[in-house]
Amino acid sequence: MTSASEHLDPALRVEALASLLTERGLIDETTVENFIKTYEQSVGPMNGAKVVARAWTDPEYRAWLLADGTAAIAELGFKGPQGEHIVVLENTPTLHHVVVCTLCSCYPWPVLGLPPSWYKDPAYRSRVVREPRQVLREFGLDLDDSVEIRVHDSSSEVRYMVLPERPAGTEGATEEELAALVTRDAMVGVAKVAAA
Amino acid sequence: MTQPLGPGGRADAAYLLDSAGPAAPPRDNGELVFTAPWESQAFGVALALHDAGCIDWEDFRQSLIREIGDWEAAHPSGDGWNYYERWLRSLERLVSGQGLVTADDLRARLDLLAARPGGHDHRHDEEA
Repeated sequence: MTSASEHLDPALRVEALASLLTERGLIDETTVENFIKTYEQSVGPMNGAKVVARAWTDPEYRAWLLADGTAAIAELGFKGPQGEHIVVLENTPTLHHVVVCTLCSCYPWPVLGLPPSWYKDPAYRSRVVREPRQVLREFGLDLDDSVEIRVHDSSSEVRYMVLPERPAGTEGATEEELAALVTRDAMVGVAKVAAA
Repeated sequence: MTQPLGPGGRADAAYLLDSAGPAAPPRDNGELVFTAPWESQAFGVALALHDAGCIDWEDFRQSLIREIGDWEAAHPSGDGWNYYERWLRSLERLVSGQGLVTADDLRARLDLLAARPGGHDHRHDEEA
């Protein structure tokens, strides 16, 4: 590749790449489309929300989830690329976890889908490590100074998911109702879950 | 001072498209993960290549890390950042590095596609 190609329309570059790979029999259009459709429509944070709601309502499942996230998550049917080794971090009133991938964009796809643009942004990736309290404040999460913040950098092996605190006032809620409250941001650690 | 992150902060279109709300495009999972068709194509091609056993995911990840690192070193302000542009570039490098498609073949196909008449811009943008 010459540097000149960098300035060509990326749509054209993808088309060129895909057409050559298809002609060589290395990929086919249906497989490409199926992957896109899966991650656009079927795999997303609603998966992780079900995991969180189960953990909130079933102490045994919660213990399993924290001990072996990958297995406990697979039990609910969520597995696949980027989900081979998921570690679940439990937020408490005194300890708050937040997740980043400083080098690229590692993210637990089976439970959260593909990452939002801010997660991939150079500003988030560098700043949340240096000044997590300030970054969380910009997300609207103002934590008391007494709360310890731990930033987890995803490595080539581990993908992290945060188990947020169950909000007060949800004692009578069903698992399904609870799952509807859980947001993607809460499972990355840049927000808390609010009662409806 | 860097731009604030999160709602009310960074006002780029891609960030706004991420938000749920009445104007958000319908998706079963409430997310719009790609902001242009070529981004989803670049994503799908990488996964299909991995699925077919043509590329190792860790190799791709290392290529992506290098590509992102190089871009950030060359663009300290972060202006012009596009994640899937880095993704595509690392995929091109990996594919040609592993000889699945040579750089020359890719270049020739690009020239061919770019020369099509009508509706296909040759240049992404004019050089300043």
